[in-house]
Amino acid sequence: MFTNRISMFNYILPVLLLFTVIGAVHAETLTVYSGRSKSLVEPIIKQFEQETGIEVKVSYANTTQLAVTLLTEGDKSPAALFWAQDAGALGAVSKKEMFEKLPESILGQVPSDFRDANGLWVATSGRARVLSYSPERVKMEELPQSVFDLVQPMWKDRVGWAPTNASFQAFVTALRMQVGEERTEEWLRGMKANGVKKYAKNTPIIEALAAGEIDLGLPNHYYLLRFKKGNSSYPVAQTFFKAGDPGNLVNVAGIGVLKSSDNKAAAVRFVAFLLSPKAQQYFTSDVFEYPVIEGVIPNANLLPLSELLELAPTFDLNQMDDLEGTVDLLRGVEIL
Amino acid sequence: MLNLRIVKAHRYFSIPAAVAGVPILAVCIGGLIPLVYLSIKALSAEGTALMQIVFRWRNARLFLNTLLLTSGVLVLNLLLATPAAWLTSRMDLKGRHLWTVLCALPLAIPGYVTAYALLALGGNTGIVAQFFGTSIPRLSGYWGSLLALSAYTSPYLFLNLRTALLGLDPNLEESARSLGYNHYEAFFYVILPQLRPAFYASGLIISLHVLGDFGVVSLMRYETFSYALYTEYTLSFDHIYAAWLALMLLIFTGGLLYLETKLLNQVTLHRAGHGTTGQPSLIEPGAWGIPAYLYLSVLIFLVVVVPTGAVFLWIFRGFDVSALGGLLEALIGSLSAAIPTGILCALLAVPFAYISVRHPSGISNALGRVAYIVYAIPPLAFALSLIFFVLNVVPFIYKTLLVLISACALHFLAEAIGPVRSSLYQVSPNLEEAARSLGYSRVQSFFRTVFPVLIRGMLTATALVFLATMKELPLTFLLSPAGYETLALNVWSYTTEAMFAEAAPYALAILVFSGVFVGILIYRDESPENR
Repeated sequence: MFTNRISMFNYILPVLLLFTVIGAVHAETLTVYSGRSKSLVEPIIKQFEQETGIEVKVSYANTTQLAVTLLTEGDKSPAALFWAQDAGALGAVSKKEMFEKLPESILGQVPSDFRDANGLWVATSGRARVLSYSPERVKMEELPQSVFDLVQPMWKDRVGWAPTNASFQAFVTALRMQVGEERTEEWLRGMKANGVKKYAKNTPIIEALAAGEIDLGLPNHYYLLRFKKGNSSYPVAQTFFKAGDPGNLVNVAGIGVLKSSDNKAAAVRFVAFLLSPKAQQYFTSDVFEYPVIEGVIPNANLLPLSELLELAPTFDLNQMDDLEGTVDLLRGVEIL
Repeated sequence: MLNLRIVKAHRYFSIPAAVAGVPILAVCIGGLIPLVYLSIKALSAEGTALMQIVFRWRNARLFLNTLLLTSGVLVLNLLLATPAAWLTSRMDLKGRHLWTVLCALPLAIPGYVTAYALLALGGNTGIVAQFFGTSIPRLSGYWGSLLALSAYTSPYLFLNLRTALLGLDPNLEESARSLGYNHYEAFFYVILPQLRPAFYASGLIISLHVLGDFGVVSLMRYETFSYALYTEYTLSFDHIYAAWLALMLLIFTGGLLYLETKLLNQVTLHRAGHGTTGQPSLIEPGAWGIPAYLYLSVLIFLVVVVPTGAVFLWIFRGFDVSALGGLLEALIGSLSAAIPTGILCALLAVPFAYISVRHPSGISNALGRVAYIVYAIPPLAFALSLIFFVLNVVPFIYKTLLVLISACALHFLAEAIGPVRSSLYQVSPNLEEAARSLGYSRVQSFFRTVFPVLIRGMLTATALVFLATMKELPLTFLLSPAGYETLALNVWSYTTEAMFAEAAPYALAILVFSGVFVGILIYRDESPENR
């Protein structure tokens, strides 16, 4: 009995180590840091694995959190790719020169609005910020025309947002670029004073609208469409602010290959796969996003891209790399 | 001769303090890493920036919120769990064992599942609105967090009190009765004071759970220290304020540890030594039977039925069969962390328990608290400092299961020490001495005399840590290898995206697996030969 116990004690650690080593060298693998939710992207990653035989290991987390993690890890990062929910986080990582330049064959596939000027990352899909609302509690004619109207007393305690979400932060960055620091800060303080409610993500905003906890929300456009797919009478609707309002920001999800990657060929293959017609069709048909390449059948539930771009504020996504400044501002006004 | 003298001085104990010291030292070092890291980070701020960070109005609010929530959960737990512990241990109720298992069952239900269930009740589209036609407001903020955390922590108090009640000397109560106290007076003046150690110990564990929780408070949108810490950690680029928040939280928990030690010392001063622990006579329920059953039913409804209700509702609405493929992978992932962590904790708990029982002294007491201090380090801060340490010192194990298991084992060690220590109290040191005098070596006599009894406590410890690791989120979030899946991670990621059909099988798997463990745990403790 006694020898048994001792040997058990002695082999636990070596066995664990062994498993770790086996896990590390087994097959061709690719490690992806994904700021996009597992529920949205896992099917397309599975397809990549089936077609190429490359095993993809994904760490799913908040986009900004992953950007921070990457900066902490530096060149020791185990990740080969960073797939972010917004251009701001990609900009923050490329500013620290952690991305490898992508080959022209990939960059050439997407319009210049949808990639980094230095070719360090490309967009994988487009999305818009919207105003979601409860059609039961908000009349059409009452709907605010601008995000700046949300600080009015009539919306006191009725609005929800997700300040930790990278897409929201990208919107704040855009707002800073468009109207300046002072006005942005004033607006943020005004929103806080007006009792805006904080949610952890976009999805809970939609759920809170349905539950009657809030009447207006500021999420990305595709979350509600996913609810509507399962239940067409889901009691939430969405619209845009007036044309050119910063609240209608069009942003992208994008991806870059990290310099620390030890398998850059496979990493580039993954990026190429995400830009393939099959993957792009998946993003628009199943995730309700906008494709970034030509020749994809548009999703009938979406406002056509040309109309969307007329509503959106004119904006260069390449300028949005000051995520740190935005986070500092949000912390300064104690929203984060 | 010399040898004999030394052995005599140690009273033939099979584990010398020096041997026990090695794993204890390892735990101390593990616990020291975060403290050093946090202090370095925190002090790296410049003077004026430092003042702004430390004297922020927000810190006071976070402190108040955390304090309110912790006290609220403690009070509500007292109301929920104390009568239940008394009823199931002293009243001759039908199905006493079943009630006991049911009261302990929340151990198997992750707090964030409970929080989700409570959120799903209210609102225009909530369960209440769908079944009864009128909507109630959604539970959120303070009240939502309070209910979810109380339901989830209630077994800690329940089980501790029950064990204490069963171990009470029945003669004391009988003498009190014979001196003219009625049942109520005997309960309040004689029984209740003796339960104080159990109240303090479980109060401490419950408080630490509340302080470290991030799943419930983030779903309920109630800002406590750990909620702010999580936001700050995930979003800030320098982590200085995060380090300060973690240190403030540590000071808070340090205060609690101190308070508990103080209170406990007072108790032992007045304690009249151990009497007999005979079978207490069970009280016939009589007219109190119906209120007793009613009370227990309401309690079970609140802490078991409501929290799991949402999961079963998700399953009835649509069970996503395609998710079953990932289920096996996630199950293996969960088990491959939870089982080694459970075993490792049980093994590490032995030297801690051993020195406190066999070599009691100021130092061993202080060392015993080390495990609690490590437990009190907020999981997020702990994970963060481990990342920093591993990257800079042992980068080749970064993002491996080894780091995750070590972190979980260090964190949950405190939960394992209690049961191991109680089982050790049951072995008389004379037995060890007898074995040594019969010519067995130190190690042999340990495994012949102490171990067979100790193994019971170790199994309980393994089960408790296993249950905790199955539900664990923050450490897993930050330390797990890329591509690593657990049941808890899947439940969390699917529910936060409102994909309940996909979340349901994972949640059910946690409930079933952990539920079976809880059942085994209780039934083993309840079996007659264990008394």
